[in-house]
Amino acid sequence: MNPIIRFENVTKRFGALTVLDNFNFEVQRGEKVTLIGPSGSGKSTVLRILMTLEPFQDGHLELDGTSYHEPNGRGPFKASEKHLHKIRCSVGMVFQSFNLFPHMTVLRNVVEAPVAVLKMKRDEAESRAIELLRMVGLSDKKDQFPSQLSGGQQQRVAIARALAMRPRVLLFDEPTSALDPQLVGEVLGVIRDLAHEHDLTMLLVTHEMRFAREVSDRVCFFDKGRIVEQGDPERFFSNPQQPRTREFLSSILGDQEPVRESLRCAL
Amino acid sequence: MMYGYAWDTSTPLTFALSILPILGIGLMVTLKAAAVGYAIALVFGLVLALLRRSRIKAISWTVACFTEFVRDTPLLVQLFFLYYVLPEFGIILPAFMTGALALGLQYSAYTSEVYRGGINAVPRGQWEAATALNLSRLQTYRDIVVPQMIPRIVPALGNYLVSMLKETPVLSVVTVLDMLGLANMIGERTFDYLVPLSMVGLIFLPMTLICSALIFAIERALPKSGIPLR
Repeated sequence: MNPIIRFENVTKRFGALTVLDNFNFEVQRGEKVTLIGPSGSGKSTVLRILMTLEPFQDGHLELDGTSYHEPNGRGPFKASEKHLHKIRCSVGMVFQSFNLFPHMTVLRNVVEAPVAVLKMKRDEAESRAIELLRMVGLSDKKDQFPSQLSGGQQQRVAIARALAMRPRVLLFDEPTSALDPQLVGEVLGVIRDLAHEHDLTMLLVTHEMRFAREVSDRVCFFDKGRIVEQGDPERFFSNPQQPRTREFLSSILGDQEPVRESLRCAL
Repeated sequence: MMYGYAWDTSTPLTFALSILPILGIGLMVTLKAAAVGYAIALVFGLVLALLRRSRIKAISWTVACFTEFVRDTPLLVQLFFLYYVLPEFGIILPAFMTGALALGLQYSAYTSEVYRGGINAVPRGQWEAATALNLSRLQTYRDIVVPQMIPRIVPALGNYLVSMLKETPVLSVVTVLDMLGLANMIGERTFDYLVPLSMVGLIFLPMTLICSALIFAIERALPKSGIPLR
């Protein structure tokens, strides 16, 4: 089967800085992939390019057979607004800083795009939104404003909001990094439930190693704009091959013990 | 005698009271000019601010030049220009409309900068969330950006309302009979300028104070996060 996401020799530069250099990466339909690595290694950039928040300069990127660049596309994205709109129909994103609309109630946050973009009827969109909010455990908060919610609750609303657009690919950009430690669990719980959806493709950038091991089909370790090592989480965490991976894993687990040892303790 | 009202110059107080109805007629002209000018400034300023953000360089540049030009030249010059030069091109507007237009144009250049600042102050994450949800540019401005920027721009827009109100007397130089224009005529006829001109100043004071208070009230009433949408 064709991969749903295919990066082929993609190069992304910010000015003189090359973030992704001839980057190749494929994701299968329904696959749950975790991207880990030090900050600045390009993992968030991969998500932002997929969400069309960032253009890329060279190479080829396909989503479900549709190329991001158009043959005669202009502007930084080398594509028309209409083409980008079409691509975005299949992709959703959850941000590190939630990015809920502060002037909208929780319910309005979730129904805004289905009504405006999918042209759904307001009451239909609302009943679906309430269903989604129930799924993330927040249906009782529907009339509150984001500022009245905790960080964890806000992020769960953001997940419901992304799901309301029925994406086929859902991107999580460090969804728990901005949260107080005691709120991380509730957000991870929601993501864990989503991971059971067979049709949904998920890309997750995270520093929660234990969670990555638990939910993902594949873990990719990024360093300096390249995937240094990848594999199924069991093997990846218990027996990392590359010295750079071992170094990273031991540093993030806060232990200079051999990785295998510290992981056994952590898990 | 003016507009059917006679003045009584026996004492300054009776003089002041007797010309009050005449100045009242001028006041209505002043308020109307400020209202029309402000409406133009609010709408056209937003148009300028949005055009200046256009991805098409030719548009954003032209608008930037226009805004700078209008901001950096005196209102009086623009007013004379519109009043004396436009008719040479066959565009003849009544003096009142010319005056209101000049005020409106000058202040749109100011308000466009306020809008621009307001738009820029909406955090990047809000734009990114709007993109991720596939909202169009129009929908993003209408539902996300404008409701959030309004509380931020009300104080600055309010200041411009007050300062525009205070500038309306320049309209008297192109024969608009606003308060100042009428006070001047009363002065010419009675040889007493002190009382009518003082009256104009005295009438302006409570008007600007009321305006400032209103704006402050609006500012306090608006939620900081934006116009609520349910």
